[in-house]
Amino acid sequence: MCGIVGIYLKNKKLENSLGSLLSKMLINMGSRGPDSAGFAIYKKEEKEKFKYSICINELNFKDFEERINKHIDAELKKNFDHVILKSSVKPKDMLNILKNHFHDVALVGYGKSIEIFKQVGDPSEVVKKFKLDEYSGSHAIGHTRMATESAITTDGSHPYSTGEDECLVHNGSLSNHNNLRRKLKKNGVNFDSENDTEVAAGYISNNLSNKKNLKETLKDSLKDLDGFYTFITGTKDGFAVLRDEIACKPAVIAETDDYVAIASEFQAMAHLPEVNNAKIFEPEPGVVYSWGN
Amino acid sequence: MELDLKKLELRNVNDKLQSLDRKTNERDFTIINPEGNHAICAGLNKEMNVTIKGHVGYYCAGMNKKANITIEGNVGTGVAENMMSGKVHVKGNASQSAGATAHGGLLIIDGDASSRCGISMKGADIIVKGSVGHMSGFMSQSGNLIVCGDAGEALGDSLYETNIYIKGNVKSLGADCVEKKMDKKHINKLKKFLKDAEIKNHKAESFKRYGSARKLYNFKIDNNY
Repeated sequence: MCGIVGIYLKNKKLENSLGSLLSKMLINMGSRGPDSAGFAIYKKEEKEKFKYSICINELNFKDFEERINKHIDAELKKNFDHVILKSSVKPKDMLNILKNHFHDVALVGYGKSIEIFKQVGDPSEVVKKFKLDEYSGSHAIGHTRMATESAITTDGSHPYSTGEDECLVHNGSLSNHNNLRRKLKKNGVNFDSENDTEVAAGYISNNLSNKKNLKETLKDSLKDLDGFYTFITGTKDGFAVLRDEIACKPAVIAETDDYVAIASEFQAMAHLPEVNNAKIFEPEPGVVYSWGN
Repeated sequence: MELDLKKLELRNVNDKLQSLDRKTNERDFTIINPEGNHAICAGLNKEMNVTIKGHVGYYCAGMNKKANITIEGNVGTGVAENMMSGKVHVKGNASQSAGATAHGGLLIIDGDASSRCGISMKGADIIVKGSVGHMSGFMSQSGNLIVCGDAGEALGDSLYETNIYIKGNVKSLGADCVEKKMDKKHINKLKKFLKDAEIKNHKAESFKRYGSARKLYNFKIDNNY
């Protein structure tokens, strides 16, 4: 089943309440996905430094801090079992450092504005643990998971990073993910889990690194990804939505002068300001919708 | 009587409407703050008028019998699914599978309905003032599906004896669905539907009629479908 949500603010005045708006959306979608939850928040872009969202799992924060300081200069901010690491180290080098010296942590996302948090458990608990209510930002996407294709783990939780400041959430399941994973591995794409959405994320990031733009990539996925899905992809400037052509998986969009919101079900948006006067519609199958991109 | 879903449990509201005492005179209800809840007004089985002010979730007015339900907002998947009789009027847009498997009654949608509108309908009448999405009327068995706008891909795929009337464009017809001649009796029937739904800007004569070619009724060894 799974629930997906996203909100993009047109009115900057709402930026301080982004976290609390998203938090209620996720809690409400707990009925579609009680196993795990996650979200990506986009904040004001850093000028020079990169932000790395790292899940440190069982590691002690102090130990992690000591170890990372041996390798790089970094500013760390702990949030439950995640750490936002701010550093001028470039993504390519950072990935190598983590790969060679930090097998016990997981990089869940990176970029100049994105921060990703995800964890197993009921969405209402997860948003509390990460204090999502206190977050501000320009846009955000989130996911509540009912596990089908792989185990209930942090690795199997969404959003999935698809590259710098990019991520993906998915409602549905893919049937050709094993074949596609094999193909992408040959192209040098790394996978950390057996999850189908991670393959879609790998597919998108592989296409984007081959200089295709997000719209083209999403269009291509209509022929390359077999299965059913509603995708929301987040980028530094906004988000995009795509439903497969059969469109078994739901999605509803509400747009006002102040924001655009998307969710699997309208009830996830019922608390949004002025939503009863919003333009509400269902995205058409096979059509890429995007805001801010 | 006003029923506020912010204050009352949905289950209690549905229970109250489902078990209405036949002797009571209270037959007009307004539901406020629906907030996208699912299965609002499902299983009503007596004559009454219910107005829902706002957007609702899935299966609103499902299995409706005799009740007259108006939704002043959008509806989620499966509005009036398996309706037996009565009337359901959606003033906004409808999501997928509107009127699915409905046996009787009238469903009016003022906006658009998305995919699979009237899927497997078994005798209901569905009037959509906007357009419908792909696979509408899929395997529908009897009744009438009337669309004032356009229809998406594979209209009426594998249908039995439902009459489909479309005013606008049809993106493609599904297996065994063909355009049929509009006879006087069809025009008269359609005129009545348009009148019932208070549609004045479309003439019955300007609709096209679609139905089953009946080639799937019997197995044919060289059947192309």
